[in-house]
Amino acid sequence: MSSLRTPLKNALGLGSARQGSHHFIIQRVTAVALVLLGVWFVWTVLSLLHLDYAGAHALVAQPCNAVLLLAFVVTVFWHAQLGLQVVIEDYVHARGSQLALQLTVKFLCFLGAAASVLAILKIALGR
Amino acid sequence: MPATARPLSPHLGIYRWQIQMVTSILHRATGIALAAGTILLVVALLALASGPDAWAKVAAFCGSWIGMILMLGWTWALAYHLLNGIRHLVQDLGYGYKPEQFVRNGWVVTLGSFVLTGLVWACVLAQRGGA
Repeated sequence: MSSLRTPLKNALGLGSARQGSHHFIIQRVTAVALVLLGVWFVWTVLSLLHLDYAGAHALVAQPCNAVLLLAFVVTVFWHAQLGLQVVIEDYVHARGSQLALQLTVKFLCFLGAAASVLAILKIALGR
Repeated sequence: MPATARPLSPHLGIYRWQIQMVTSILHRATGIALAAGTILLVVALLALASGPDAWAKVAAFCGSWIGMILMLGWTWALAYHLLNGIRHLVQDLGYGYKPEQFVRNGWVVTLGSFVLTGLVWACVLAQRGGA
């Protein structure tokens, strides 16, 4: 198989990282989860619309809703980060800006997930 | 960049617009739009955690004209990405790949996304009228 590699690849000695399918699989796993969680989320937002602050707070504070909302936000940011990574890989070719953009997206997605989790926990556990 | 100019494979400027490429492009575009939309999700959750004043600001923004247009756009983006995402999962299992099936389920997903958006906003407007 080494004959199919470019001379540069041979010189660098870099073969497969052996995790090519991991990204693909996790993207599908989170997608399946989001089909279910997404429908639940839209339903919940629709039932939030006619509520005031106290009502909305109480609805999110219900253990069942809080757990599903936690699952939703974590899965959303996980899936978003995987998808945006592929888009950046495909369209941003300059090495420096691609690296900067990839890191920015990963960091922002982690921060978004962390902030959402903190907010949901505060709503669910606080009095 | 390669040192020698190599021939490029046909790209957007060559192909005639067709449903196969539109569904693919829209899936990425709606994905990016939804990722941007998570900003509002985070802000709303933080507002709900921090108190009635912050929540009132978020509610006022969502009720404003800009807010309503954004929410309508995100509703459609979510409806499309959800339906076309299910289509992708079905394709991953090996179904719906024949050209005529591919074209048909592409149209089903595209038109379905507008139907789904309409249903969700019918619920929104019905609640508004009732409240």
